[in-house]
Amino acid sequence: MPTHLEARVATPREGTQGPTGVALTEVSKTFGEVRALGGVSLRAAPREIVAIAGPSGCGKTTLLELVCGLSEPDGGIVAAEPAVLMPQRDGLLPWLSALDNAGLALRVAGASKADARDAAAEHFEAFGLAGFEATRPRELSGGMRQRVAFLRTLLAGKPVLCLDEPFGALDALTRMQMQRWLAGALAREPRTVVLVTHDVEEAVLLADRIVLLSPRPGRVIETLEVDLPRPRERTDAAVVALRERALRVLEGVR
Amino acid sequence: MAAALLALAVLGIWEAVARFGAVDELLLPAPTQVAEALWNDRALLGADLAVTGWEVLAGLSLAIAVGGLLGVGMHVSPAVRGALRPLVIGSQAVPIPVIAPLFVLLLGFGLAPKVLMIALVCFFPVTINVYDGLRRVDPAARKLLRSFDATRWQTLRLLEAPAALPSAFTGLKLAAAVSVIGAVFAEWAGSDSGLGHALLTANGQLETARAFAATFLLFALAVALYGLFALAERRIVTWTEET
Repeated sequence: MPTHLEARVATPREGTQGPTGVALTEVSKTFGEVRALGGVSLRAAPREIVAIAGPSGCGKTTLLELVCGLSEPDGGIVAAEPAVLMPQRDGLLPWLSALDNAGLALRVAGASKADARDAAAEHFEAFGLAGFEATRPRELSGGMRQRVAFLRTLLAGKPVLCLDEPFGALDALTRMQMQRWLAGALAREPRTVVLVTHDVEEAVLLADRIVLLSPRPGRVIETLEVDLPRPRERTDAAVVALRERALRVLEGVR
Repeated sequence: MAAALLALAVLGIWEAVARFGAVDELLLPAPTQVAEALWNDRALLGADLAVTGWEVLAGLSLAIAVGGLLGVGMHVSPAVRGALRPLVIGSQAVPIPVIAPLFVLLLGFGLAPKVLMIALVCFFPVTINVYDGLRRVDPAARKLLRSFDATRWQTLRLLEAPAALPSAFTGLKLAAAVSVIGAVFAEWAGSDSGLGHALLTANGQLETARAFAATFLLFALAVALYGLFALAERRIVTWTEET
């Protein structure tokens, strides 16, 4: 079995007090005059998928940057295991091949170009990317770009994945296929995931828990447990019911 | 195709104006006369072209090395940026005809003052475009590298440097286009060979056609250098959208 995907998941050992999963406590963040986040608390246990859904501009991206340690909160506490970001759209570097993009985090971690390529190449088959190793991102389809970006995120080897609207730029059909694909990939490779989305249905299909945020300044309006068996279909009655409930909650605060 | 047609049209009008005596041929020789001078004086002009070509290559190389270093330095260090920006910009305000004789006085009649003069003219577009290219990297890509715990050096090497290449090539092409100006002024300030020198002596002897022939070679040199960088860019920067 390939070992590169094995995350350095911190297993709580006796005597150590490091954080497990992600825990945000009353976190606030202000940019100049704009209050992006107004006291958000949420948690994600190890290997749990938590979706953050809400209207545009409710500070969802800001939340992920805080979890990844890319910025500091103005108030509150952010406690998280090492987290890696999959930025909006895909963040693939246009001058690198699909293979080199997928192995980028390994290069940063000190691997040679050849080693990073070998490690990434092992997964191209399983990710449906075989034959596109040398292809530049510009020539890949939207769905393939997302898969390369997700492989790159996995290969970073961090226990927490922060996915920022991973399928926001895709057409409806591709998005549906990719949601199904991601659900499968995460079932095989369980990680702690914080998934930001404006698509409530996507949240219901993928997450163990959904945190609904209000418009700016973002606050948690409600947290919904998604206690449904997998794989989930968008037409399942329970999925539809939960989606409608989440939408009603979001609409109520407009 | 359009460029060739335009050039032909301009040459045709020029030829007609010069041939039918609208302008004194001492002021404006016809293109065919310039071509004739180019052919008749080919040994002389060829030697001058080699001299100036060599000066320009050396000067451009120096400009690329210094300009690239300054651009990277200004990008990575705020202290360097603060200290150098006024000097770099100010260097372009210095009138070339004033400073060229000073270079000759300081460095003599050899290659050094020409190389330095050309580098002074050429380093600015390289520096500014390298600096701007490094600075204008997609912020999302920076965040990505930071979330991989990339060091400053890794971010420069894996992200910023490749991202800045298209902009750096713009700087190189601009530098190539203006490089011959530096060479001509440096040669005018003190030289016994080169196309700038040939231009000066031909003017003095009222050999207007030969002066135009020398000018044509300078023009061709600049275009060739520009083409060389454009070709290198097409070979290296293969990921941008074709326009």
